Amino acid sequence: MNTELTINHFTTLALLLFVIGLSGIFINRKNIISLLMSIELMLLSVNINFVAFSSFLQDLNGQVFAIFVLTVAGAEAAIGLAILVIYFHNRKNIEVSSISSMRG
Amino acid sequence: MAFTTILFYLFSFVLISSALVVVSTRNMVHSVMFLILAFFNAAALFVLLGAEFIAMLLIVVYVGAIAVLFLFVVMMLNVDKSELKTKISLHTPLLLCIAIVFFLEIFLVTKISSAGNYQTATLFPTPADVHNVNALGNILYTKYFLPFQLAGGVLFVAMIGAILLTLRERNRFIKKQKISDQVFRTQANSLEIVKVKTGEGIEL
Repeated sequence: MNTELTINHFTTLALLLFVIGLSGIFINRKNIISLLMSIELMLLSVNINFVAFSSFLQDLNGQVFAIFVLTVAGAEAAIGLAILVIYFHNRKNIEVSSISSMRG
Repeated sequence: MAFTTILFYLFSFVLISSALVVVSTRNMVHSVMFLILAFFNAAALFVLLGAEFIAMLLIVVYVGAIAVLFLFVVMMLNVDKSELKTKISLHTPLLLCIAIVFFLEIFLVTKISSAGNYQTATLFPTPADVHNVNALGNILYTKYFLPFQLAGGVLFVAMIGAILLTLRERNRFIKKQKISDQVFRTQANSLEIVKVKTGEGIEL
């Protein structure tokens, strides 16, 4: 590993990605698919953090945990998109703001 | 500047800019495509870090499965584009301020603190003589065997849940009371009195 490339580079990159995903959730009030994609971006930034620390600390734990994060991200995407599909069939739109009417 | 540093800046620039396009564009298909680009660049960064297995897993799982799933759903839902005009809500500036403050806090913490000088106990040190995939497999199937199996269980439950949620036939698993059938049931259409001769039986 090059000495110029420190772990601060990777944490800053992951942080930037996380904040982009977070503001994507904030800004987006219209579309649930964009919201799910923002969540995927945030999970990706978490994975970058895990792998960066795993690589710089010479410890394989972080990479194993990144695999688990990947698993949960896949399950979350599948369930979220399934909920989205049945929601669209019921209401004919996918606006975030109209979900609050689903309260029982 | 060293070659790996140049590569890092290149990949991270494309990653950040494609992430910005993902959250800001209005066209859903473009959004998914830039998400795929972001995943490819993250995989390249993982290769740069020496985690080849995670990099390939990212391409296979994210690009091959999740992004295609997103594309399918975007295609299937056929959302009217004119409905998706974004109106800037009143509290968007406030929320952006929260995001910026969050960024600055953690950025300053990582900048000021000396993250390179952590003294941690290394649980599974990276072996020098074995390939990354081999080393990960050695850990994953011995020390992390139970969590690994449980991750498979999570995927299984998610699969069954997704199938069950999107199954169209509503009355397949749920037996409901049909009140109208009960109300319209009379003696005439439900009961019949038959005289049965001995030894012959009846035909139903």
